[in-house]
Amino acid sequence: MLRAALPLLGLLLAGAGAVEEPTQDPGLPGEPPPGLELFRWQWHEVEAPYLVALWILVASLAKIAPKVQAGLLDFLLFGSLISAVDPVAVLAVFEEVHVNETLFIIVFGESLLNDAVTVVLYKVCNSFVEMGSANVRATDYLKGVASLFVVSLGGAAVGLVFAFLLALTTRFTKRVRIIEPLLVFLLAYAAYLTAEMASLSAILAVTMCGLGCKKYVEANISHKSRTAVKYTMKTLASCAETIIFMLLGISAVDSSKWAWDSGLVLGTLFFILFFRALGVVLQTWVLNQFRLVRLDKIDQVVMSYGGLRGAVAFALVILLDRMKVPAKDYFVATTIVVVFFTVIVQGLTIKPLVKWLKVKRSEHHKPTLNQELHEHTFDHILAAVEDVVGHHGYHYWRDRWEQFDKKYLSQLLMRRSAYRIRDQIWDVYYRLNIRDAISFVDQGGHVLSSTGLTLPSMPSRNSVAETSVTNLLRESGSGACLDLQVIDTVRSGRDREDAVMHHLLCGGLYKPRRRYKASCSRHFISEDAQERQDKEVFQQNMKRRLESFKSTKHNICFTKSKPRLRKTGHRKKDGVANAEAANGKPQDLGFQDTAAVILTVESEEEEESDSSETEKEDDEGIIFVARATSEVLQEGKVSGNLEVCPSPRIIPPSPTCAEKELPWKSGQGDLAVYVSSETTKIVPVEMQTGWNQSMSSLESLASPPCTQAPTLTHLPPCPLGTEEPQAPLNLPSDPHPSFAFPPSLAKAGRSRSESSADIPQQQELQPLMGHKDNTRLSPGIANSHWCIQFNRGGWL
Amino acid sequence: MRNVLGPSGIGTKASSSSAHLLSLSQRDLDSVHSSAMGSLSSHAAIIPDLDSIRRETGCECARLRWLEPGGWGRRRCNAARMDLQRIGALAVNPLGDRIIESFFPDGGQQVDFAGFARVLAHFRPVDDEDIGNRDPKQPEPLNSRTNKLRFAFQLYDLDRDGKISRREMLQVLRLMVGVQVTEEQLESIADRTVQEADEDGDGAVSFLEFTKSLEKMNIEQKMSIRILK
Repeated sequence: MLRAALPLLGLLLAGAGAVEEPTQDPGLPGEPPPGLELFRWQWHEVEAPYLVALWILVASLAKIAPKVQAGLLDFLLFGSLISAVDPVAVLAVFEEVHVNETLFIIVFGESLLNDAVTVVLYKVCNSFVEMGSANVRATDYLKGVASLFVVSLGGAAVGLVFAFLLALTTRFTKRVRIIEPLLVFLLAYAAYLTAEMASLSAILAVTMCGLGCKKYVEANISHKSRTAVKYTMKTLASCAETIIFMLLGISAVDSSKWAWDSGLVLGTLFFILFFRALGVVLQTWVLNQFRLVRLDKIDQVVMSYGGLRGAVAFALVILLDRMKVPAKDYFVATTIVVVFFTVIVQGLTIKPLVKWLKVKRSEHHKPTLNQELHEHTFDHILAAVEDVVGHHGYHYWRDRWEQFDKKYLSQLLMRRSAYRIRDQIWDVYYRLNIRDAISFVDQGGHVLSSTGLTLPSMPSRNSVAETSVTNLLRESGSGACLDLQVIDTVRSGRDREDAVMHHLLCGGLYKPRRRYKASCSRHFISEDAQERQDKEVFQQNMKRRLESFKSTKHNICFTKSKPRLRKTGHRKKDGVANAEAANGKPQDLGFQDTAAVILTVESEEEEESDSSETEKEDDEGIIFVARATSEVLQEGKVSGNLEVCPSPRIIPPSPTCAEKELPWKSGQGDLAVYVSSETTKIVPVEMQTGWNQSMSSLESLASPPCTQAPTLTHLPPCPLGTEEPQAPLNLPSDPHPSFAFPPSLAKAGRSRSESSADIPQQQELQPLMGHKDNTRLSPGIANSHWCIQFNRGGWL
Repeated sequence: MRNVLGPSGIGTKASSSSAHLLSLSQRDLDSVHSSAMGSLSSHAAIIPDLDSIRRETGCECARLRWLEPGGWGRRRCNAARMDLQRIGALAVNPLGDRIIESFFPDGGQQVDFAGFARVLAHFRPVDDEDIGNRDPKQPEPLNSRTNKLRFAFQLYDLDRDGKISRREMLQVLRLMVGVQVTEEQLESIADRTVQEADEDGDGAVSFLEFTKSLEKMNIEQKMSIRILK
């Protein structure tokens, strides 16, 4: 075939020479050159020997040209497998190179889909070869083209179906987290097998399965499962990669498996580079007609040079049947050389090339809320402008898709709780907060007071109040560790991050507290500066609590009653409860029909724990808290002693008040101990009086509106009356008038936003407590406990 | 929070092929019919300064909905606010109202074609040649980075005091954060966002700070629509 073409080539060359002659000649013989000629064209002198030499040269080149015995179909088969750009190799190399995202996604995306298309082409060609070229009829070629579409689109469809199934299944796994990774693997594998069974493109099926379900599955499964899937996949991938390259190496030295043919190898190397470049140039030209940002020459160079062949080509060539394809050995050798050449030579040189060509690199900068928000805004603006212009372009269709996704797909495939928090702006906000918290812990373990604290991602530390953890940390640098639960505003699958952060915070924040203890003990020898500091901290804590009361006031009344229920039950069990008299709150209750109250509260709790999709991850929070208490409990003992020290007149009611009033404390029995012990321990004697006084004033301020569940709104005003005298009673006894709380209350701006911090926290706690309540605390116990409270109240 | 997924959301999609007609009243239809029969010269007479508009804004005006055969008709010199509001997809766009507002700068009800094109010119892609041989004395073209940013900034800055206050940021966030986030969380996000960009500590984002917070973003690319080239 090639030989037949050679004379033609020679003729063409000769013809070119013949055509050229007249155009060159006229000037030359006409007039003799004036001087020494720098350049003379004398084709006719060398014409005959030149042509002969060319003939021989071409003929000898043809000799090194493949002596492989293979037909057109065989070569087509080989071409179909050698043209595949390998995603693994591309990924490995391009991750190293860090080109910009557009370029990366073009090359990587191409290799991903290319992979599947190649397999399809390979299958078609392979079946042609097996049929034998004589038996292939014209309709078969048409069928081959059709099957290309059927196989690839069918594979994609299978993948999407399984993606749907997978997303739908993971939606309901919140109680069996353990099977989530298994589901992901098995359903993806089932997609592969199904596609293979129907002889569709299995790789495309798996790819589409992953593409389609990622958004939903990632939101549905827990963070641990996500990590498990991710690392198992990576491990498997690198195992497979290693094995296949090992196989490549082994067969490279196993000369019984391959047969060398220089012509075939050199020709293949040249042509894959050449046609890759040609294909890239042509296709980017077409693409550039529709692109806002055109792909320039440099991009095209990188794209052509980045066509790395890899394992897929090798695997496919190994799979050839030697009976059907006699030239298999040649193909194997060529493939090995090509793979080695592209991966080693091109892969090694692409980085210097990218540097030399100054390809735009990808830049990594920290996400900021502003950028995220504005990016969304821009997208919407563009979509709107496209609407106005009347041309439906990219933004329009993306907008459409997003709306469809939001309205139907996400609703159907995402767990409700996951769906709720699935927002990019919110994600960025959340991540920023976590980073702040972690960096605070990293550096802030040594920060005793809140003042010296600077956070990296916070350019200005202005006084704008915020509920982010940064502010909380700043606020309660040494105080109630508990309030960090505000971080938990997201009840989501991020349990791992939560847990990590909580542990870090727990560890980090414990140190200052410990140090604080030392300073406290020193305080008892009465130091002025220390005292002032203590006061400050104490005041801050109190303010926070107060504001949390206010927030409960308008919002969630039943959270209060529930914690109280639980805490009281706990306390009874633990026997921690001392002779502390019940304060106004239980008294109020005492006036009501207790049983009725309890019932409503219980039902509300159940409702809450059912409706709110509290997942197991939320239990992470509990675990953390429980850990904290192990350290705290021993402090509790100390506090027990401390309680005796202060004047007995005021102390007894105070811890009870605190525990009663502060919903988050009672969320955990241990927690309650912690807080109360904390306050009693930290706060020196004089401040104890302040504490008690402020607590009682707190009650008078906060208790009326939040008196129990909504059922109790018709509460008679008499408990109020009983309460109020208590506050003035304590007031004069207070040596430190700085603890008067109304001023702090007046700080409306700050308190408002801080109270907003507390609300999510309580919401966060609710389900936890509800959950525990159901298991631990039967209504009967609670009921009896209320009776006890009632009795106490009466006794007081 | 505004319901982003209004009931009209999908209905619009179905009729998107006839989206141009959505914005037509009966009167408009008549004018379209008559103008379809009219020649190009008559069209030029009705909107006389088409060339000057093109020179000023660089817009390829003929591609706009206004001038398309099925569009709002060439006879009309003004578009009313209602015309824009009738575009179905805009109604479900969270920023749709604000975009419409930006076409009517002074609260008017009408916009002429020049004004219309001037707004759209913000979204023209930036040509390298344009930058190269631009006369430095001339005002910056409408599609410069600064002007693109200013357009976006004005969507935030409702009271037009040159600053995005915390309240304005909150309003935008409420539109943008699609999921059910509580008001408190939204507020804290708004606080944080303002705080992040706020450099002089006045609790609001000025245009300069706005620009600075976006300096790493390729605005020329992000705020351009190919069709307006």
